[in-house]
Amino acid sequence: MTVDSNIQVRFFLQRSAGSNESGFVLDVDLMLQGRGITAIFGHSGSGKSTFLRCVAGLEWPQEGRLRVLGEDWQTERLFLPAHRRPLGYVFQEANLFPHLTAQGNLDYAIRRADLRAGQPFTLEQVVQLLGIGHRLQQKPHELSGGERQRVAIARALLIQPRLLLMDEPMASLDEQRKAEILPYLERLRDELDLPIFYVSHSVAEVSRLAHYLVVLENGRVKAQGPLAQVLADIQTPLPFGEDLGVVLQAEVIARDAQWHLLQVRFAGGDLWVRDDGDAVGKSVRIQILARDISLALHEHSDSSISNRLQGEVVSIVEDRHPAMCLVQIKVGESILVARITRRSAEQLAVAPGQCLWAQIKSVALVR
Amino acid sequence: MTLTEADWLAIDLTLRLASISTLILLLICTPIAWWLARTRSWLKGPISALVALPLVLPPTVLGFYLLLSLGPNGFIGQLTQQLGLGTLPFTFWGLVVASVFYSMPFVVQPIRGAMEAISERHLEAAATLRAGPWDRFFSIVLPLAKSGFITAAIMGFAHTVGEFGVVLMIGGNIPGETRVVSVQIYDYVEGLEYASAHKLAGLMVLFSFVTLLALYGLQRKNGSVTRFHI
Repeated sequence: MTVDSNIQVRFFLQRSAGSNESGFVLDVDLMLQGRGITAIFGHSGSGKSTFLRCVAGLEWPQEGRLRVLGEDWQTERLFLPAHRRPLGYVFQEANLFPHLTAQGNLDYAIRRADLRAGQPFTLEQVVQLLGIGHRLQQKPHELSGGERQRVAIARALLIQPRLLLMDEPMASLDEQRKAEILPYLERLRDELDLPIFYVSHSVAEVSRLAHYLVVLENGRVKAQGPLAQVLADIQTPLPFGEDLGVVLQAEVIARDAQWHLLQVRFAGGDLWVRDDGDAVGKSVRIQILARDISLALHEHSDSSISNRLQGEVVSIVEDRHPAMCLVQIKVGESILVARITRRSAEQLAVAPGQCLWAQIKSVALVR
Repeated sequence: MTLTEADWLAIDLTLRLASISTLILLLICTPIAWWLARTRSWLKGPISALVALPLVLPPTVLGFYLLLSLGPNGFIGQLTQQLGLGTLPFTFWGLVVASVFYSMPFVVQPIRGAMEAISERHLEAAATLRAGPWDRFFSIVLPLAKSGFITAAIMGFAHTVGEFGVVLMIGGNIPGETRVVSVQIYDYVEGLEYASAHKLAGLMVLFSFVTLLALYGLQRKNGSVTRFHI
């Protein structure tokens, strides 16, 4: 027996323009992966939250088809209400029940858990994973924003979901709280065998967490696919603004203790990055923003930029702003994207097939 | 201070009437309040107005129509006769029915207010935690609206204790059956027995003051959740 490991999603939802809101149409048809983190990216009003609410059964699309890992949640004749769908939902605001303690909130889920597929997530495991053991006797208002969100994630896991939905779980947190909760999300991704839909408008979060990416714009799918592939494809310009860039898989290969630098190797070359304490041999994600790459016809060893890679131009397209263009450069097995002015492109006579040097001003380890 | 046997009879009757009416009111008003708190139906306005009507109507008007409908030729009267219950006017249960109508706004309003204050997002969270509609109602709505229920019970009870006009219209003045404290006081004053009237009236003032004091204490403790506006 082959298990259907995909999530088939088709929604059509139309809201007519009301007195205080404009009309809105969500029209998506996707075949998504039933594993890993799929980020649903979009700006406000792109329909990403509505999309997630449709998956949860909290919104009623006029037309819809939803098949999750071989199980129909919605067809022409069937609409499972939210409480009959085996999912966990983490809201933007933690949304804990105020009349219950943190433990009470977890018990609420444990008592109603779906045990058909066994009990993959135990209380001890989840409490330990999210580091909330010492705060369980507190009421929600006694917890910090980050702690509340971690309890909410634990609660969503204890219902034993087959799909976890997260609606901008960090949007209401300040930078410090975000930094506090991100490692927990990474543990979730790496240690649990659970597909996650992660709605976000933050390129940084998406670059750091996602395996797959769906970009929504005005209720429609703008781009979708494996994260690195979508980010490197410049034919459909993404609404990422200054944060446009590629994400590459790399490995730490050396440490330069004197200058506090790490050398990482990706399928295309070696780069120096700031040493934030990652061990040699560790697998990391690096992000290179398009605006941080400049192009040169010859190698300039007399500049402050130490990360220089030789590559071949694959394609060149106009950017959203008429002054700029995007250049795809193949470096070894990998694709980099550079954003340069059209005037510079003209002066360098950048054309597909041309060999040139990519000077990389900054590389971020996103882990 | 000594009370006569008739006074005790009236007090006992009043407390029984108020307790039973309050219980029935809590049962009836919970679904009404829930519906009013959540519905988007056009009927929301008319039903709200209907429930609030006893706030502004003279008790005599309310009592008059109740008398007609509970009477042998009235709509409810026909029903109770067919059920073998006889007619309700001038009985204790007639007073209960009247009190339920008369005190309804005082019970519906606080429950409705507390329910309206419950965020839709909590109910959605409960739904994603596999709680069905009834489960959500008992596990989220009731506990979160608890202070509204307490306010409602106190208001319903106190308001029923203070009932006079409606009682006189449909209950008359039968000792041990329909002669509640307020009617007993009226009788004393009619008979110029001011000393006896004083004792009961003083008790009523004390009872009302303590009740309101408890209510405001409760509202302060629970913040704005139990706000009650008339």
